[in-house]
Amino acid sequence: MIAVDLAGDTDFAGFRNTARRLAAHGVKPADVVWRTGRETGDLFGSTEALPPPTVAETEVKVPRAFVPLAEAVICHSAPERLSLLYQILYRFRIEPKLLEIASDPDVTAARRMEKAVGRDVHKMHAFVRFRELATPEGPHFIAFFEPEHFIEERASGFFVRRFAPMRWSVLTPRLSLHWDLESLTVGPGARREDAPSEDATEDLWRTYFSHIFNPARLKVKAMTAEMPKKYWRNLPEATVIGDLIAGAEARVAAMIAAAPTAPPAHHERLQARGGDRMAAGIVGPQAIDEIGQTAGIGLAGIRAEADGCRRCALWAGATQTVFGEGPERAEVVFVGEQPGDREDLAGRPFVGPAGQVFDEAIEEAGIDRTLAYVTNAVKHFKNEPRGKRRIHKKPNGAEIEACRWWLAQELTVIKPKLIVGLGGTALQSLLDRPVKITEIRGKFMDFDDGPSVFATVHPSYLLRLPDPEMKARERQRFVDDLKLVAERIRAMG
Amino acid sequence: MSAKTLVQKLAILSDAAKYDASCASSGSEKRRAGKGTGIGSTEGMGICHAYAPDGRCISLLKILLTNFCVFDCAYCVNRSSSNVERARFSVEEVVRLTLDFYKRNYIEGLFLSSGIIRDTDYTMGEMVRVVETLRTVHDFRGYIHLKAIPGASQDLIDQAGLHADRLSVNVELPTDDSVVRLAPEKKPVDIRRAMGGLRTRIEAAADGQKGRAKARKFAPAGQSTQMIIGADETNDAAILDRSAHLYGSYALKRVYYSAFSPIPDSKAILPLLKPPLIREHRLYQADWLMRFYGFDRTEITDGRPDGMLDLEVDPKLAWALKSRDRFPVDINSADRETLLRVPGLGVKSVDRLLRARRHTRLRLDDLGRLVKSIGAVRPFVIAADWHPGGSLDRLDLGARAAPKPQQLSLF
Repeated sequence: MIAVDLAGDTDFAGFRNTARRLAAHGVKPADVVWRTGRETGDLFGSTEALPPPTVAETEVKVPRAFVPLAEAVICHSAPERLSLLYQILYRFRIEPKLLEIASDPDVTAARRMEKAVGRDVHKMHAFVRFRELATPEGPHFIAFFEPEHFIEERASGFFVRRFAPMRWSVLTPRLSLHWDLESLTVGPGARREDAPSEDATEDLWRTYFSHIFNPARLKVKAMTAEMPKKYWRNLPEATVIGDLIAGAEARVAAMIAAAPTAPPAHHERLQARGGDRMAAGIVGPQAIDEIGQTAGIGLAGIRAEADGCRRCALWAGATQTVFGEGPERAEVVFVGEQPGDREDLAGRPFVGPAGQVFDEAIEEAGIDRTLAYVTNAVKHFKNEPRGKRRIHKKPNGAEIEACRWWLAQELTVIKPKLIVGLGGTALQSLLDRPVKITEIRGKFMDFDDGPSVFATVHPSYLLRLPDPEMKARERQRFVDDLKLVAERIRAMG
Repeated sequence: MSAKTLVQKLAILSDAAKYDASCASSGSEKRRAGKGTGIGSTEGMGICHAYAPDGRCISLLKILLTNFCVFDCAYCVNRSSSNVERARFSVEEVVRLTLDFYKRNYIEGLFLSSGIIRDTDYTMGEMVRVVETLRTVHDFRGYIHLKAIPGASQDLIDQAGLHADRLSVNVELPTDDSVVRLAPEKKPVDIRRAMGGLRTRIEAAADGQKGRAKARKFAPAGQSTQMIIGADETNDAAILDRSAHLYGSYALKRVYYSAFSPIPDSKAILPLLKPPLIREHRLYQADWLMRFYGFDRTEITDGRPDGMLDLEVDPKLAWALKSRDRFPVDINSADRETLLRVPGLGVKSVDRLLRARRHTRLRLDDLGRLVKSIGAVRPFVIAADWHPGGSLDRLDLGARAAPKPQQLSLF
């Protein structure tokens, strides 16, 4: 039997060096007893000396993940932690992948200890309560805390990172941590009486604790699961918990029994004042019943009407109506399919990736966008959620039909000479029938009773093409189409 | 009205804030205190510094700047028609409380909201003044969650995003129609626009950090929202559908569900009942299944009577019981997606299981060491030394696999 004496509860360097040597000599875990100075009595009368140093000990290999695990486990208060760690280290010789087998009993035990230590550290970060003490050097914040494991040093970094500009001390029965604005020192253990017995701010804290509590949701077990009673004696707020629990039921009963009261006077004044504001709020029934009833309200008026549109169900999955944009006297109107993700968020048409392709193409074709009106056949973004994203869905015939109402309103006011339909949805809406783009692309369709319609693809089609060569070719075709439009605009002018 | 003391104001304005469920202080950028000045840090994961007897975490000083409000939202304790006692903090009072609490390690930071006074921009401006003072005058580096008021000017929202770790806009209720009915002054489309605006700003700032574009810092811990459950008639299927859209549309960190609970001086049109806490719990479980377990919302609610989740068993077990043909699952060969659907197997357990089985064939004992409760898992899996036999077909499976009922009785 070999007895190893470590320099303290958490002497990781001592453990590592000794364990390495023992493993290099092939010393079996059962033949080692680990001591940290806490042992009482002499359980192992005769012990052998540590074997001599060997070159082989520098070559003992452990998986990278073992070091952080061992650093945590050594802070556990169970005496068997050290023999467990050595047992795992010893097993690495023939089971180098041991740590990956989370179902192994030794690994499970070590992971449990690691978790308990992590939880204890977390609770120390959470439940340390400083009390302010006035000193000649300025305020000194002092806390008394009782951790379950040997975690004080492991937990100390948090307090340094957070409270560096404060002078503070955390006292525990095992040791004390002191921060003097420059460096951290570790001192001897302390008693509760060594910390200040009160702090004036604790009354405010207890007030907050009492009033943030909702008595209608009493769940005592959920509280004690996360804030076990063993911590309560160092928590100033714990003194009010008993009364809060005892009074909860009566408080809720009183709330329910209380008859509704008459509103206070200021409410009536607000309601009177707010009447106008409310009228401007939610759009109820459409103010315009028929297309063409738009003479008085103009584009701005129609846009306001469309903001609350529920002519089809698409509003529910979208952010907002994305209405057209551009001069009310535009000679040419571009009609796309529907707003996309970006347009839906911004509330403006053609501002996303497809809009960018469109902008560049019409500029290249020599069309001044500021003189054109751009809009969509469908004014809400039809989409389907997919986790953290949403994907575009093609509007169906009924949705196109429902939204044609708004497109017709826009066209009735603007009275353009030319309409450019971008893609199948736009042209279906404009021509009131399903169309094949390939059959009508690049053609001007002239009508006796209305503006000419020109057909081309939607710019998002270009974005979807995977082959760069084909993309370039198709983009050129798109620009060529738009050049025909530019020509026609000049001819109209 | 006599002047109220700080303690009195704190009592009123934390009473006024307690119905907002969010208390998260996680997921922000990492910060640490400076030398000599700049108290505070953010550690990535949040810390719950205390728990109230309602089992809720207390991580932040969650208060209202004022509970005076010109709105009259029926479900809200602060609505203008309520006779609840009113108070208003000064900017300096909130700053002092935050710093004093923070220095004593009571809190991770501040969660500030407010009743609407005068108008949207005035109220938002007052809240921004608080966080600006904390950040710039006191160099406070702790966590800040700020309510963004729909309709506030972009300039104020930008300042809020510069100083706050998280911004949130509450959708309030699961449907727009309910908002119109119960919160007459709130405009659902403004709420949506506000969330869309936040997503745009948050993503631009995140892209900027990757060096793609110059952008100001904006709410590094993202945005969240809350909806009240049980104040209207919306069923769980519709609620989860709304959540799926909210997650997909606005890149939300969280949708919080808050069971409507009795408030002092309540309005007669609302149900004054026990808050539906189990229902709230089931919604969170379903939300988790959608986000981390690959479940589609329709799988969870399809076939449920009235579109409501089962209160007796959790939604994953409920799904497994109606999908018995997909079990038992062999833990030594099934893929991750399949394993995630086994009742009793969580994301962590599955990932550890997948690693372990590369080196060994797993027996039931091994599985027992990877999960919380082997009893819950056993009927649904095949292990090297275990087959559930016909136990899956037994009709009483639901009752046997279900945890003991734990409804708390209040009345």
